[in-house]
Amino acid sequence: MSKILIRGAKVLGGDAQDVLIDGETIEAVGTGLSAEGAQVVDAEGQILLPGLVDLHTHLREPGREDSETVLTGTRAAAKGGYTSVFAMANTFPVADTAGVVEQVYRLGRQSGYCDVQPIGAVTVGLEGKKLAELGAMHDSAAGVTVFSDDGKCVDDAVIMRRALEYVKAFGGVVAQHAQEPRLTEGAQMNEGIVSAELGLGGWPAVAEESIIARDVLLAEHVGSRVHICHLSTAGSVEIVRWAKSRGIDVTAEVTPHHLLLTDELVRTYNPVYKVNPPLRTERDVMALREALADGTIDIVATDHAPHPHEDKDCEWAAAAMGMVGLETALSVVQQTMVDTGLLTWAEVADRMSFAPARIGRATGHGRPVSAGEPANLTLVDPAYRGAVDPAGFASRSRNTPYEGRELPGRVTHTFLRGRATVVDGNLA
Amino acid sequence: MMRHLISAADLTRDEAVLLLDTAEEMARVADRPIKKLPTLRGRTVCNLFFEDSTRTRISFEAAEKRLSADVINFAAKGSSVSKGESLKDTAQTLEAMGVDAVVIRHSASGAPYRLANSGWIDAPVINAGDGTHQHPTQALLDAFTMRRRLVGRDAGLGQDLAGKHITLVGDVLHSRVARSNVDLLHTLGAQVTLVAPPTLLPVGVDHWPADVSYDLDSVLPKSDAVMMLRVQRERMNAAFFPTEREYSRRYGLDGERMAKMPEHAIVMHPGPMVRGMEITAEVADSDRCTVVEQVANGVSIRMAVLYLLLGGNESDAPNPRTEEK
Repeated sequence: MSKILIRGAKVLGGDAQDVLIDGETIEAVGTGLSAEGAQVVDAEGQILLPGLVDLHTHLREPGREDSETVLTGTRAAAKGGYTSVFAMANTFPVADTAGVVEQVYRLGRQSGYCDVQPIGAVTVGLEGKKLAELGAMHDSAAGVTVFSDDGKCVDDAVIMRRALEYVKAFGGVVAQHAQEPRLTEGAQMNEGIVSAELGLGGWPAVAEESIIARDVLLAEHVGSRVHICHLSTAGSVEIVRWAKSRGIDVTAEVTPHHLLLTDELVRTYNPVYKVNPPLRTERDVMALREALADGTIDIVATDHAPHPHEDKDCEWAAAAMGMVGLETALSVVQQTMVDTGLLTWAEVADRMSFAPARIGRATGHGRPVSAGEPANLTLVDPAYRGAVDPAGFASRSRNTPYEGRELPGRVTHTFLRGRATVVDGNLA
Repeated sequence: MMRHLISAADLTRDEAVLLLDTAEEMARVADRPIKKLPTLRGRTVCNLFFEDSTRTRISFEAAEKRLSADVINFAAKGSSVSKGESLKDTAQTLEAMGVDAVVIRHSASGAPYRLANSGWIDAPVINAGDGTHQHPTQALLDAFTMRRRLVGRDAGLGQDLAGKHITLVGDVLHSRVARSNVDLLHTLGAQVTLVAPPTLLPVGVDHWPADVSYDLDSVLPKSDAVMMLRVQRERMNAAFFPTEREYSRRYGLDGERMAKMPEHAIVMHPGPMVRGMEITAEVADSDRCTVVEQVANGVSIRMAVLYLLLGGNESDAPNPRTEEK
């Protein structure tokens, strides 16, 4: 493979430097590097980040290829600056066996746009009753380390306890979708002032917080680590902060949409705002931003959830829950965290690459931008301003809550092991 | 006048009073030997009912026919909807057949709002009840009934309900009637008190323009009207209250409780009543209970809504009343 010289990029938002890629690795980082024999990418004014890592993506294949495939999903990921995504297990069939996770893993390798690390189901069929063969999935070619019944909560305390204990044998982690099922029967949106007016079934914050409280205590009791998916309330932040102060091995993620949007949007009854956990209040949004800034929340994960048009072009109650997010995540983080002064670009690299790779044990991703490291890189133009146009998405689905909204920043280039997957904002 | 009627909260005080005044004009039509106006001749109104509701559907149908509209009744059961057709496709199909207005009843909160605001169809949309959200024509007919009884049929013209104390009792949480009434009564200047067990009040009710009480007996003596909301027996299976008997004892209206109300005060119910649950037969059949009047007034109100949304032109009014107070 030929050489590529990225010239004048602010590495992790610092001083402008040149980065020379040779083959699959970074050969040198410095100033005034020679462009001889190299293709030059002029990156003046742009930010160079390690390739982003998404710990929470729904690629829908196998089973719902009408909404997304591994190929279309990884193309969307590349456009969003990602070089590694963790694919959730709620496919059809469920990724609860070595066979299914290996299939997803292989499809990811074939796509060539972004590495795909399958997540294995915690329980057979996501039913919360019987542990799936977690060890077999770990030992498979896919090398699964993250297990989740996402979409459903592992609500049985004994099953959760056993799963937390069992995966210690191979350094795994359980990622919990925290949702007490009885408290959220018929839930349609955040329970509060807006739901009372709209007459939509409430999804109370306590349904999330009570499960997180239980699970951090379980993790402490059995000495395991636990990861909390898409944390969405101010109360959840307080519980995780308390757990960390006690030394409990808990990590947590927040989605871009929970950093920006509130339940006031549901007043339009437009199901593009229907998501699980639901959009919360302004107070929650501010608490989540603060928690991401101070490290209580470790990472940003997209919960990219593609759905076909007809599943959103209907009345609220009939609509599917979820939003696509891979192609807008970095822009939302820039708007809510960077442009507000809450995070530096170096901290963005931590929250969106280093930390998620560490939690998910993703080898070769989330590495420093320095000589000898794999050339998984993302180049961002932070000065860009533009309205979100879903027609330009690489994802097969268009269910974005940001249509027409002006967001800052644009991924101009993504490199996966030295190969450009995105050039000038377009798929290579 | 607005283009659609989706929520009682969308009405201004003047719009609401105009609707009530227009309904009084319409009520006069009902007193004539021939109860029909030519206002909507040649126009087609579709009653699109995704949820069973014989009384609301018949009320709208009577109103439409008295205004000489052509009426199409579409019930979701046994239709293409039960075969999986979407709300959007159903509505577009109807509009393609030349429907001039859609009256919609749907079990999903927000379905009429979506129909009116998604660019699916152009026709005016009238909400005939959506999920646990809104039922604006019910609130209007209730306000109409209150104004007639508490202010007077003629004295009420041009007036709102300023200073009246209205009490709503029962399952507020699951009630679109309660939401619509709170919004409209507030707009009309009334003081609203909600009485219910805390389990049947929504989280967030403290932001509504209404007082909340858990004690019916203390509220009755200062109420000008008491509206009993239907309480479904099945609710006790979800632990909203322990037993039917306990509910009736604490929140039901019987003769003894009714005696605590001021003499002029009325008892209302949107129907259908669950006798023995929220209301005893003695109260339901008393002169103070306006249930049957409410039904009659419903037709007048729905005529007024259709007339103002579709007829539009003041000069076509049966007895034009241009002066607004």
